[in-house]
Amino acid sequence: MTLLEKLDHAAAIRKAMLPDGLAAFGMPVDEIYSASEARVGDQKILFFGTNNYLGLTFAPECLDAAHKALNEEGTGTTGSRLANGNYHAHRLLEQEFAEFYGCDHAMVFTTGYQANLGVISGLAGPEDTLVIDADSHASIYDGCKLSGANVVRFRHNDVDDLDKRLRRLGERAQNCLIIVEGIYSMLGDKAKLADMVAVKNRYRCLILVDEAHSIGVLGDTGQGLVEETGVLDQVDFITGTFSKSLGSIGGYCVSRHAQLEQLRYLSRPYIFTASPSPATIASTRAALTLLREGQALRLRLWRNANRLYRHLHDLGLRLGPDPGPIIAVIVDHPAQALQLWQGLLERGIYVNLILPPAAPDDQALVRISISAAHTDAQIDAINQAFSELKPML
Amino acid sequence: MTSLDPLCAQLDRYAQDTLQKTDFHVDPDGNLVDQLDLDSIKVLNLIMDVEDEFDVSIPINRLVDVQTVRQLAQMIDQLKA
Repeated sequence: MTLLEKLDHAAAIRKAMLPDGLAAFGMPVDEIYSASEARVGDQKILFFGTNNYLGLTFAPECLDAAHKALNEEGTGTTGSRLANGNYHAHRLLEQEFAEFYGCDHAMVFTTGYQANLGVISGLAGPEDTLVIDADSHASIYDGCKLSGANVVRFRHNDVDDLDKRLRRLGERAQNCLIIVEGIYSMLGDKAKLADMVAVKNRYRCLILVDEAHSIGVLGDTGQGLVEETGVLDQVDFITGTFSKSLGSIGGYCVSRHAQLEQLRYLSRPYIFTASPSPATIASTRAALTLLREGQALRLRLWRNANRLYRHLHDLGLRLGPDPGPIIAVIVDHPAQALQLWQGLLERGIYVNLILPPAAPDDQALVRISISAAHTDAQIDAINQAFSELKPML
Repeated sequence: MTSLDPLCAQLDRYAQDTLQKTDFHVDPDGNLVDQLDLDSIKVLNLIMDVEDEFDVSIPINRLVDVQTVRQLAQMIDQLKA
């Protein structure tokens, strides 16, 4: 096949899965009203697929900070952190992340994807081994690929399987990096982090925890699963994103290891990208303050999540294993997932459609994300929509 | 003894039990992915099963060099040596 024929082939596969005119992927959103409401065409919809867990995208503090930075520092930095794009606020945000986690070192990246790409590829090389959860996010897989390191997968969230695969590495296990996620993006389940850290300690290797979906969501101060499980001081690297609970775009890595600073000179995704815009950095700084003080937001988020999870469970739907801000409704066939997704949209509810191979174990998912910004009436609305659609499943 | 025969037997079992391909026998010199009609995730999951069967660690980045069942068996033999 030629280069262009390969794209035609991929398009044919996509068209076979999705009827013409159905924009399940890349749905055009025409107007945004709030953190939880928008307009698609002539229909008002409720957002239940945004990752906006704390609902901060319209927080006045974030908007004001972004407006001020935009006016004072311009629309963009037009350069890398290693060149002209290393502004005072970028360095302050790094200090604030370091202080938030009680670590000495932090780096800010332009996207969350680049944080994983940059940290993993900067840390590991062809002589090293990365041991990753099988359900890792694409940014972790791509970081592994970019590193050129040996990559070994362990079965999703299976501590014994992790142990077994480290044992097989023999002496090489001491120099490997285990990579797990605080909350997994597809099924919404949490890593068995305390047990995995115990394994890591036994093999004397390093561990990186991606808190992309768990910062702001787990732990008393919102640090994530490291805080909830009490293992922050035993974790080597934490990465995460600004594009979920922090309501903007960007990524970070914090570490207690001073060597993290060397990644500024080694990590290609960090070096060869323009730094985040001043408005992005300013709104993220404001959002981090709100997140740290956000116990009330977390309580509301979890109340919403538990209420919806309980309703879907009572309806007899097959769900991801843990209640939380990501709720996966699992169906056997892509056609069922598509039908459910369409039925929800017709009722003014937007969720994410996940088809194989993106969905684990050859399943298909309708993936719901909950926000602290959702009102009781909005949770009622999605509950009602699922009650109406249950008979089709 | 090389890993080829036990690997072929494992893949035959996988095809019959998991993919419901009855009376299937893998061709050692045929393309592994095409014969079993695997997508990228299924390949990676199958490799975890193979690792367990042979108690060996097969880095997934090394799989770019593997097209056939025989090549996978040769890699296993190298890794176990």
